[in-house]
Amino acid sequence: MSFPWAEAYKPKSGFTQWIDERLPLPRLVYGAIGAGYPVPRNLNYFWNFGVLAGVALTIQIVTGIVLAMHYAANAGIAFDSVEHIMRDVNSGWMLRYMHMNGASFFFIVVYIHMFRGLYYGSYKAPREMIWLLGVVIFLLMMATAFMGYVLPWGQMSFWGAQVITGFFSAIPIVGEPIRQLLLGGFAPDNAALNRFFSLHYLLPFVIAGVIILHIWALHIPGSNNPTGVDVKSESDTVPFHPYYTAKDGFGLGVFLIAFVIMAFFLPNFMGHPDNYIPANPLSTPAHIVPEWYFLPFYAILKSFTGNFLWIPAKLWGVLAMFGSILLLFFLPWLDKSPVRSAKYRPTYRTFFWVLVIDVIILGYLGQAHPSNWTVLASQICTAYYFAHFLIIVPILSRIETTLPMPNSITEAVLSGEADEAHPVGVSATNPAHPEPAKA
Amino acid sequence: MVRFFGIIVGLGFVSALIFSIIGSLPFEAAERTAVEDFHQKPRTLALASDGAFGKFDRKQLQRGLQVYNEVCSACHSLRLVSFRDIAALGYNEGQVKSFAAAHEVPSIDPDTGEPATRPGLPKDAFPSPYPNETAARAANNNALPPDLSLITKAREGGAPYVYSLLTGFRNPETYRNEKGEALPADSKPGTGLHFNPWFANLNLAMAPPLTSEGQVTYGPGNPKPTVDQMAKDVSAFLVWTAEPKLENRRAVGWGALGFLLIFTVLTYLSYRQIWADKKH
Ligand code: HEC
Ligand code: HEM
Repeated sequence: MSFPWAEAYKPKSGFTQWIDERLPLPRLVYGAIGAGYPVPRNLNYFWNFGVLAGVALTIQIVTGIVLAMHYAANAGIAFDSVEHIMRDVNSGWMLRYMHMNGASFFFIVVYIHMFRGLYYGSYKAPREMIWLLGVVIFLLMMATAFMGYVLPWGQMSFWGAQVITGFFSAIPIVGEPIRQLLLGGFAPDNAALNRFFSLHYLLPFVIAGVIILHIWALHIPGSNNPTGVDVKSESDTVPFHPYYTAKDGFGLGVFLIAFVIMAFFLPNFMGHPDNYIPANPLSTPAHIVPEWYFLPFYAILKSFTGNFLWIPAKLWGVLAMFGSILLLFFLPWLDKSPVRSAKYRPTYRTFFWVLVIDVIILGYLGQAHPSNWTVLASQICTAYYFAHFLIIVPILSRIETTLPMPNSITEAVLSGEADEAHPVGVSATNPAHPEPAKA
Repeated sequence: MVRFFGIIVGLGFVSALIFSIIGSLPFEAAERTAVEDFHQKPRTLALASDGAFGKFDRKQLQRGLQVYNEVCSACHSLRLVSFRDIAALGYNEGQVKSFAAAHEVPSIDPDTGEPATRPGLPKDAFPSPYPNETAARAANNNALPPDLSLITKAREGGAPYVYSLLTGFRNPETYRNEKGEALPADSKPGTGLHFNPWFANLNLAMAPPLTSEGQVTYGPGNPKPTVDQMAKDVSAFLVWTAEPKLENRRAVGWGALGFLLIFTVLTYLSYRQIWADKKH
């Protein structure tokens, strides 16, 4: 694990020595996020978002646990218990608005984090396992967010649960039993609300567990970097602390400012007004839409309108919606290009930006009132989504001509000038850590 | 291998989509509906509570409470608001108590156990005018007057929508939209319905509740109770009922922003300092 020049932990006092011999926790922290973890020196701000995702999860867990002390998971009083939190619980409005907007910010941060991985090729060898665990986290997050949205038991909660669990009934034979198992009945009701609450409380801790694996897997090869070139020598890296703790601290400040602006000044901007109407099984909202972070997938679901190859349209939609996420599991093997960073893959870069715009348009179409043109546009965008990952990327990775890459991170950073050889805080003449031979 | 299967699956999805597109051709031009032609966006309504620095205008909220109490409460409940909450509008304890006592709330006769009523206490919520939903529908042509506690958060457009709705009743016979078109016959209100181009489907079961100047008598020092003024006041009041902690929220928000600004500047400076002699 880690690089040979990583600084080793040395207890500074008798006390820390005593601790280190019995429970080497300070040693673990030192090696994971302290001065003992060498990190590429050229990481840009996109590398802040992993830490920010961890902060977002922490905000969700802390606010969520307190909310759960006042929330009542009973279809008769769930809606009113949320309003009780908003009106009567001390700072309850703050907890609830932070939790509500925190979920959106979690997705914003994770989408940027995934964008970073896709752009700089962080999913490729030797980081496949980090990526796979990331996709698992993403699936768990979606399940958690969906079930959390049901808890206030407003109109969108209820009808969202109805529509989303309804997808399962498109699956032949097993679909309907699965749907009934999820809901604990034939339609969303008290039983569904109770099991969703139980799972909504559980899953964030499962996510926390998978994040530990995610970071463990990250520490084997260490972070990728904007050039995509492997770390080759000590001068390519800086110790995590203080370099990246300082940079992450600054990123955290900017993130929290954006979060406070939304949670305290525009708390309902990303929500839907119908969720302030209590759930009513007898009155279907005019326009059922999921939360914004599901919209691209919702657009994919709705874009299949024709029965094709004995598979009904509805089932195509469901397969495509799940497939659009599950295909990310195969990405490290679909893209075999040895060059990681899109910086040196001009053709891939063009297609990738088309994909980004494509997904944004799908998000727009997911909430638009359906017309002939929005359906056609989402069919075209969905086709591009699948074509990008499953056809273009595999073929491109064989035939693309890539740009020349720098020999090392240091070379890329200094672009020729050798004005320093060793990072501050790492000894230059440590004979125990000779520089590895240039590959 | 993965790539081979990937391309097959990809072609499968793309073909299903091409098939979907071909199946939906040729497009039939969708008929324009009356709602598309006649539905209006909310008018602008400027309230003291708007904006990041906004504060409630307590005098206006008191007027709004009066309008709710004397007009809307005949049909609409406010079940999430308690009498004691109006202390936040600037009423003292005695005023809250007598306001509560002026309302009859449901209770149980202590001697017979029969349903009864008693004068309200500050802890009671604003009562519903009807004993149950069936009674409410029976009295309103089978429509249910919604609870108004959260109405400004539960409708697209918020307070400006409520204001537009209250002032938006029009004569369906003479009304013309921007293009000068008259309302088609099949969109005219049926019995018990009232035409209002701000309502989602143009016709609603609520009769215009605010109809004439002076319907509510405002105390001295207040503006004239025109229909427009009363509609503004009750909309402002309904912003408060939906979000009573609004001012508190913004105050905490500004405090948090101030703290974070300092935090961010300090972390930025230490970041610059630590990286000062390191090219990256
Ligand atoms: C005579 C009874 C009555 C009175 C008085 C009354 N309303 Fe209504 N109101 C109704 C009914 C009935 C509906 C339901 C209309 C429908 O769904 O078609 C309604 C609906 C509403 C709606 C919801 C419209 C929507 O978007 O669904 C609002 C807002 C509203 N009323 C506000 C008020 C206000 C404010 C007042 C006092 C100024 C008031 N009402 C007085 C009967 C009344
Ligand atoms: C709960 C959500 C998540 C948390 C808390 C989290 C946390 C982290 C952290 C702290 C890092 C290291 C810092 C960084 O490189 O930014 C990281 C790296 C990484 N994450 Fe995540 N992550 C989450 C979700 C995801 C998801 C959904 C994916 C992709 C599907 C993903 C893919 C990756 C990859 C590929 C790396 C290595 C990046 C590199 O070295 O360039 N993560 N993650």
